[in-house]
Order: sequence, then structure tokens, then C-alpha cells
Amino acid sequence: MLNPTQAPEAGPVSAAAEAPLPGGSEITKARSLGQDAWRELRSNPIFWVSAVLLVLFLLMAAVPSLFTSTDPGHADLRNHYLGKPEWGHFFQPDWFGYNGQGQSVYARTIYGARASVIIGFCVTLGVTLVGGVIGMFAGYFGGLLDTLLSRLTDIFFGIPLLLGGMVLLQAFTHRTIWTVVLALATFGWMPLARVMRGAVITQKQADFVTAARALGAGTTRILLRHILPNTLAPVIVVATIALGGFVSTEATLSYLGIGLQSTVSWGVDISDAQNVLRDAPHVLLVPASFLSLTVLSFILLGDAVRDAFDPKLR
Amino acid sequence: MAETEKDDKAVDVTKATEAAAAPHGITEVTTVDAATEDEAVAALDAEVGSGEPILQVRNLVKHFPLTQGILFKKQVGAVKAVDGISFDLYQGETLGIVGESGCGKSTVAKLLMTLESATAGEVFYKGQDITKLSGRALRAVRRNIQMVFQDPYTSLNPRMTVGDIIGEPYEIHPEAAPKGDRRRKVQELLDVVGLNPEYLNRYPHQFSGGQRQRIGIARGLALNPEIIICDEPVSALDVSVQAQVINLMEKLQDEFNLSYIFIAHDLSIVRHISDRVGVMYLGKMAEIGTDAEIYDHPTHPYTQALLSAVPVPDPEAREGRERIILTGDVPSPANPPSGCRFRTRCWKAEDKCAKEVPLLAIPERFAGTDSLAAHESACHFAEEKDVVHA
Repeated sequence: MLNPTQAPEAGPVSAAAEAPLPGGSEITKARSLGQDAWRELRSNPIFWVSAVLLVLFLLMAAVPSLFTSTDPGHADLRNHYLGKPEWGHFFQPDWFGYNGQGQSVYARTIYGARASVIIGFCVTLGVTLVGGVIGMFAGYFGGLLDTLLSRLTDIFFGIPLLLGGMVLLQAFTHRTIWTVVLALATFGWMPLARVMRGAVITQKQADFVTAARALGAGTTRILLRHILPNTLAPVIVVATIALGGFVSTEATLSYLGIGLQSTVSWGVDISDAQNVLRDAPHVLLVPASFLSLTVLSFILLGDAVRDAFDPKLR
Repeated sequence: MAETEKDDKAVDVTKATEAAAAPHGITEVTTVDAATEDEAVAALDAEVGSGEPILQVRNLVKHFPLTQGILFKKQVGAVKAVDGISFDLYQGETLGIVGESGCGKSTVAKLLMTLESATAGEVFYKGQDITKLSGRALRAVRRNIQMVFQDPYTSLNPRMTVGDIIGEPYEIHPEAAPKGDRRRKVQELLDVVGLNPEYLNRYPHQFSGGQRQRIGIARGLALNPEIIICDEPVSALDVSVQAQVINLMEKLQDEFNLSYIFIAHDLSIVRHISDRVGVMYLGKMAEIGTDAEIYDHPTHPYTQALLSAVPVPDPEAREGRERIILTGDVPSPANPPSGCRFRTRCWKAEDKCAKEVPLLAIPERFAGTDSLAAHESACHFAEEKDVVHA
């Protein structure tokens, strides 16, 4: 298009008509929306609290041996309930006392994080993919497809997550982490689909999408390059908040006895401890507190991320 | 520099006047029947001589259906956004299209870009009806007809860098530039529109409105198009910035030999940039002619009313001027008046106006005269009325 002989500096307009941008010294420095959001997050104490807690929980899930050298399955009946918590014995097996089997509550709580974190992350990943794809197709193509997918979403919304998960898990005689992930993902994708659909409908009417169509861009390019990156912020927020919900639902399922089997998990431990609540409350309260803290820190993180990505709240 | 620009402008005007004077207005369409896609693409990429018609719009119609019912949708009517419009765009000229909000200007732009499919009518680009093209031929059309959008704040993807935005046309049309060349081309484009080529890695929100519109123009220029359709390109900008962008567009027109369709509602800006002007009212063309014909010798009452509302910067001249104040609102395009669409607000309306649709043609009383009033006007009672200078 341009005359190849025309060197860039030969342009007669060049910078003459051009007012300098603020901060001319950092000319090539780019600041994307993500970077703006990061600057915002850095100064938010809630973000730091939730982030530090989450990193701690993730470490517990990934390398529990960092925190304790005690085997969570090791039972010593001499400690049966009598082993009350020794609050001063930091990181020792008897820090949080012993349970009915004489197992260290501290070690079990540390090892129990893994199941919760894996299930939380995998279910969230699954629902984001399934819900995101369904919402994107419904929102972009509209018409009959939208009607069908939206009604499907409504039907699934009618089934409570816990009830649906229980019914589906009943069908499995041997339940592992992955069956629980499958059950929760099957009944948990609807909020993501709705958020995605709404975001896609907003973005597809934007002028820059029309501009891409006018250039002759295909559906794939428009969806992946133009619409998807602009819908990610609300989806990430909803997914982060939902993650906390999935962790607690997993614990509920395990508590009800239809979740994980023969796995160390907070839900299983809480379930086992309910009968001795009055004699040895620490056996229940310790894993329950860890569970609450995990869920809380995910929800706080989600809130902080949403505020950072929403320019209207700045 | 300024002087040469003026000279160029003068040449442009005479050229356009000649072109319009010869077969005044609507020209004969020489259709190209391409047997194969290759022929079609070759014909679309062929050069058109200066002053020849490059885009010929014939009886273009766009009706948006109004439906009722949820499951069984029944059409109960149609919004007649564009209802039979014909005009020509000559190579190298700027055709301004003015009209108030909702008269169908932007729909015309979308139809010309084939972003909307026309209900009826044809748009001939170099003799081929682009409303019926598909595949590679349509891609060739997209390469040659580009668009600049109204709102520079929504027309750039906030998640893409300026380099990606301006370089995207090359990714969609890889034949337009070899891969290694693209970055340099994007920098050249930034320079051409008066932005620092170093801004390649910045994001749109780091720029002001005027700078963003320059980025939009650079994107439009990337594929070396022949026609740029500008849909109110400056109405979202400050007045001081409007002038910069308009002057840039005029400079680019000379530099790259572009033809513009310039849609706006600011009559002064349209006069400044246009060689010819079309006035739209409620989906129809009311009057079309060169800028001198329309601004100094309007014959359609709607044009006269519009022009009488243009502010005059001379208090004394303003005193004696007659201001035509239209009463009532624009009728709904879903249910337009019979006959002449303007008759419900026109002070000249008679029975004839309700019965007969006035054709867009040179009024009989001026036909054959040298008068500048001899241009197409869709009015039964077209006559001159000096509204600007009186």
C-alpha cells in the first residue's frame, strides 16, 4: 500500500500534528489491562491476605511433607481421644491433638488439603471449559442454538448441586477424586455459561468486532482474538468465587458419606468427628476451620480480582 | 504546501463537476460477468480511471423485519431503514451523505460494507454486484473497500496492542504483505497518520480520542483500499481534533488516491471535505449534487430547512436571514408517509405530495439551464431559496 521508497521519516505529517503522549520517555512501554489490574491488586491488602493463605494451602496440597513428617494414616490407640491439643507444640504431631483412632489431627489436616484443592481446581477448570464453550456458542450464534442451550442451562439450574452430585455419585461403587470431580462439574457449569453468554452478547456488538468482520475475519478469529479476551475478566471472577463453593460441596459430600472413600480429606474427617463433638471438639473444628479459610480466601481473591479488572470501580 | 493543497482541491471540484455534468447523476452500469472466481478477482483489482464511477448504488433497500410471537415468529411489518437509494461514487472524489439521526445513513454504510445483507437493490463495485459475491471475490472487495468507525473508543479492541490492531488486516489477507514486512508496514502506517511509529506496543486506552481515530484510519488504510467509508468519523471528537483528523483524511486522499463516502450530520464538515453531497431523509435520498449546488442552490425544502439551521458567524447577516423551523417529529420508518416522505413536515405540501412519490431527478424548471440549481432533487415543487446568505 505504501510507496516502498517512502522512508518512514519522510512522512510529511509525522509527529508535527501529534501531541506527545504523557510519559514520553517510556515510549515503547506497554500497559495492558492485565498490567493495570496488577497495579491495582498490589495495593490491595485483601488480595495479599488471600493470596498468602492460598499459596500456603497450595503448598500443603503439593508437598505436605514440608509441614509434617507424621504419616496421617499412622494410628496409635494410646492417644485415643486422650491426646488433647498441645497448642504450644507448633508443627508437632500433637499440635492439634489426636482423633478416635489415635491419628494426628495436624497431619491429617495437612494431608487433607490435597483432595480439597485438587477437586476445587479440577472442577473449576471443568466448569469453566464446559460452561464457557456453551455460553460462548449460545451468545455468539444466538437464534435457535441460543434458545436450546439457554433452556438446557435453565434445566440444570433446577437441580441443586449437592443433590445432583449425590444422585450421580450413588451410581459409583468405587469413588475416587475424579468421580467427585465429574459429579460436581456435571451440575456446576451453569453460572459460568450464563456469565459467558452475557459477556459474549455484549462484546459481539462492539465496533471492533464489526471492524474485524469488515476486514473479512472469520468466525474463529473473531471469537478467539476479539471476543474471548474481552470476556475473560468476568469469567475468571465467577470461577474463582465458584471454586470456594466446590471445595465446600466436596466436603459436604464426604461428610454425608457419598464423597471420597479411603482418602484423607477434610470432609471425611469432619464426618468421622461428628460423633465425638462434645468430648473432643478439636477433631472437628481444626479441619473445619481450614476448610472455611480456604473457601474464604478464594472468595476474597475473586472479589479483589473483580475490583481490579472493573475500571468502573477504580 | 497549503497552496498546493488548495490547487488540488480546485482541480478536484472541477473534475467532479464535469463528471456530474456529463450524464448528470446516475450513470449507466457496465456490468462485468466474470465466469470464474479468478476473473472476478482480477476485475475487482483492476484500476479505475480518475473521475470514472467506481461504486454504483442502484435502488438499494434494507428493511428490518418486525416480528411478533415467541415460538412462531410472524412478521408484522418492517422498519424501512433504507428504501430505494441510488447514487454513484466517482474515483477520487468524496461523497458526503448528510441527514438527521435515524435517516438510514449508517445502514447505507453497513450495506456498502456487506456487513448487512440488502433486502433488494444492487451495489456495483467496478461493474460487479457485491451484494451477490462470496468467497475469494468478496475477500477482494473487503480488501478494496474499508471503513472508519464513529466511536474511536469502541472500535479498537482494548486487549490488542496498536501493532496487532493495525497488523490484523495483513493476517486476514496474508497476500497483502509478506510476513517479515508487516512490522515495518505497520510502523509506516503509524507514521502516515501522524503517530509515533514507536507506539507499536501500546494499548488503545493509552491514547486520546483523536489519536485513537488515527489508529482506526491506519487500520483502514492497511490493505491499500480504493474506497473508505467513513461513518461519522469525527462526531465523537473535540472540535479542535476534528479539524486535524479531517485534514489528515484529505491529505491521505491525495496521497493514496482514495474515494470517500463521508457520512455525517455536521453540514459544515461535510461541505469542507466533500466534492458532492447527498441529503437523506427517512431512508430516501432527498437531493444530491456538488457541494456548491447543494449549499448555495438547494431546491429541496428539507435541504433548505437543514441549511437554514447552520450557524452563521456574522451577526448582521444573521439578522436578515429566514430561519425555517420544521414542526413535528420525523415519522416512524416502520410506517412512513405515503407519497413524499417529507410532506408531513413540509410547508409546500399539497395533495399531489401524498399521492405521487417524487422522483430523484433534475426539476423540470431547471432542466437544460446552466443554473447550479439544475441537480437532482426529489421534490414536486423544487425551487431555489437562498437560505444561507439572505
